Amino acid sequence: MALASGPALGIADFERIYRSLRLIRRAEEEVARIYPSDKIKSPVHLSIGQEAVSVGICDALRRDDVVAPTYRGHAAYLAKGGPLRELFAELYGKATGVAGGKGGSMHLIDMSHNVLGASAVVGTTIPLAVGYALALKRNKSDRVVVAFFGDGATEEGVFAESLNFASLHKLPVLFVCENNYYAIHTPITRRWATNRLCERVATYGIPVHRVENGDVLMLRELAAGAVARMRRGEGPSFIECLTYRWREHVGPNEDYDQGYRARDDFNRWLKDDQVERIGRMMSDESRAQIDSEIELDIADAIEFAESSPFPEIDKLYTNVFAGN
Amino acid sequence: MSSPATNQRLLTYVDALREGIAQEMRSDPRVFLFGLDVDDHKAIQGSTRGLVQEFGPERVFGTPLSEDAMTGVAIGAAMAGMRPIHVHIRMDFLMLAMNQLINIAAKSSYMYDGQVKVPMVIRSMIGKSWGQGAQHSQGLHAMFMHVPGLKVVAPSNAYDAKGALIAAIRDDNPVIFVEHRLLYYTDAFVPEESFAVPLGKARVCTNGDDITVVGISNMLVECLRAHEILSDIGIAAEVIDPISLVPLDIDTIVASVKRTGRLLVVDNAWTNCGASAEIVARVIECAQNGKPIQVRRMGYAPTTCPTTPVLEQAFYPDPGKIAQAVHAMVRPDANGWSPDPERAKLAYQVKFRGPF
Repeated sequence: MALASGPALGIADFERIYRSLRLIRRAEEEVARIYPSDKIKSPVHLSIGQEAVSVGICDALRRDDVVAPTYRGHAAYLAKGGPLRELFAELYGKATGVAGGKGGSMHLIDMSHNVLGASAVVGTTIPLAVGYALALKRNKSDRVVVAFFGDGATEEGVFAESLNFASLHKLPVLFVCENNYYAIHTPITRRWATNRLCERVATYGIPVHRVENGDVLMLRELAAGAVARMRRGEGPSFIECLTYRWREHVGPNEDYDQGYRARDDFNRWLKDDQVERIGRMMSDESRAQIDSEIELDIADAIEFAESSPFPEIDKLYTNVFAGN
Repeated sequence: MSSPATNQRLLTYVDALREGIAQEMRSDPRVFLFGLDVDDHKAIQGSTRGLVQEFGPERVFGTPLSEDAMTGVAIGAAMAGMRPIHVHIRMDFLMLAMNQLINIAAKSSYMYDGQVKVPMVIRSMIGKSWGQGAQHSQGLHAMFMHVPGLKVVAPSNAYDAKGALIAAIRDDNPVIFVEHRLLYYTDAFVPEESFAVPLGKARVCTNGDDITVVGISNMLVECLRAHEILSDIGIAAEVIDPISLVPLDIDTIVASVKRTGRLLVVDNAWTNCGASAEIVARVIECAQNGKPIQVRRMGYAPTTCPTTPVLEQAFYPDPGKIAQAVHAMVRPDANGWSPDPERAKLAYQVKFRGPF
């Protein structure tokens, strides 16, 4: 697959995309660094290696558009503009976290940036995105919703049910499958009768696209096209993004010594690393500038998390029900 | 039921449901109604009749079965500010929606710390008789009572059907609304105007000093029938309708039991880990320092529901069995009493004919 030429993109666009990619990469590397200290008592599913999917898609969205991330959701949360301080505070279980320390890594949310809450149960947020899109359409809004999910989620019945309903009602929802080949440790080859996922989705009358090398600019371009289509009221689209998880399914480490996948696969994906690729498109000075700003932001966020208080014990009982 | 409201007329349960939905849809454009067959010619036994004509197909629409995704759609729309009513023709099908109800609807307010709320109503109907059998008859409300974050309501009459449904629609939380098929054509005096029956307030239906009898959903009707039979022989049962199971007005029940010293809970469900177990346990926790309390539960036989009428009759509590149980508790020394079988017959069993 050819790389997207991105004719409409200027240097400011590359800088913005690089900043987002780099922020996610470095924030998660810091999460991994801190993790063994046990200050983060929340299972972390890192997106290191997969950042391009969230960044490419979210870069085509407006702030008032909505995303529904997965439990591997730090990337989508940050790419959509979710605040870094409150992310780290949430991982630390602090009162200042996005969910007051009650949600943790797997249940990130930030409605001020239209990041819907993530779920630990695979596939469950797909129909929520569809329902949100239904409400937007009912209200004659031109806002759109993106449902992120992994290859494993496509095996859930609710995936097919959601595609059908979204297409039937021409709802403004973009389905984005982050296909990293593994459901925890079980590869697609042992889960799928065929790998023709796009064909399966296309039978619902939904336009489908497949990006095989994680090209962030191609993803952005495809998302922009799908978003324009949705804003015109033409209904859902689907993008399958092949990608690769560099770390273990859950936790901070690499796991190539575990025998279920080969380091050679990782090495192939490393050549297409989008953080490096977009970084090389910029001048050394502007890249260094962005890098140093990101380091300061991350250090600030960690300091914020470390110095924030834990929630008061009476918070255990708040928000079980919404007060009218 | 007793109410000071004016403009009351006799209305069936099914018409009360429809009127409550229509009034809320008129007053709140965020309310919409969907689910398999809500807009067809049978209109969920009439409980959605005329709504698509009045409110149009954007607010009243049938869906693919897809209970899992449709529940997620309702939740997503609720998070976006809508107030969906999702209709299930039988409660048994809620098992296909459990993941969304338990893992998302119940938990969103809490795990997202109030950033979103999920105001939605899940209408579901319990079937009974005419061979409903294993998978059209289950009263599964206790499953939902177990999980924090869900409200559970089971009105037993037309007045509460309308008022509690309106309260459920206005509530900012997911509400499992438990209807019973055999109640659909029972009638009660119901105000014409819109009104809410507050969730979490039980109703004392009859006063009595001998025993407190709590009846849930359709079993409340059967308890009232048992009350009549017992009155014939001078036993005064205080029959209480909890109306809402979550939140549960345990105080009203406790106050009654403290006076009567006896509690029978009759559920339209199994007793094991059920609403009856919960009510009995909470009453004992609240009242254990007073005089001794005698308790008993009745519910479905601990079996799957059979279809043949002979076995089905044995599966359910009925007014005769309830009256007999009360008699045994109140007059333990008088063995062998059983009510006149004709007197114990259920009024609606004479009225009702299948198929559904």
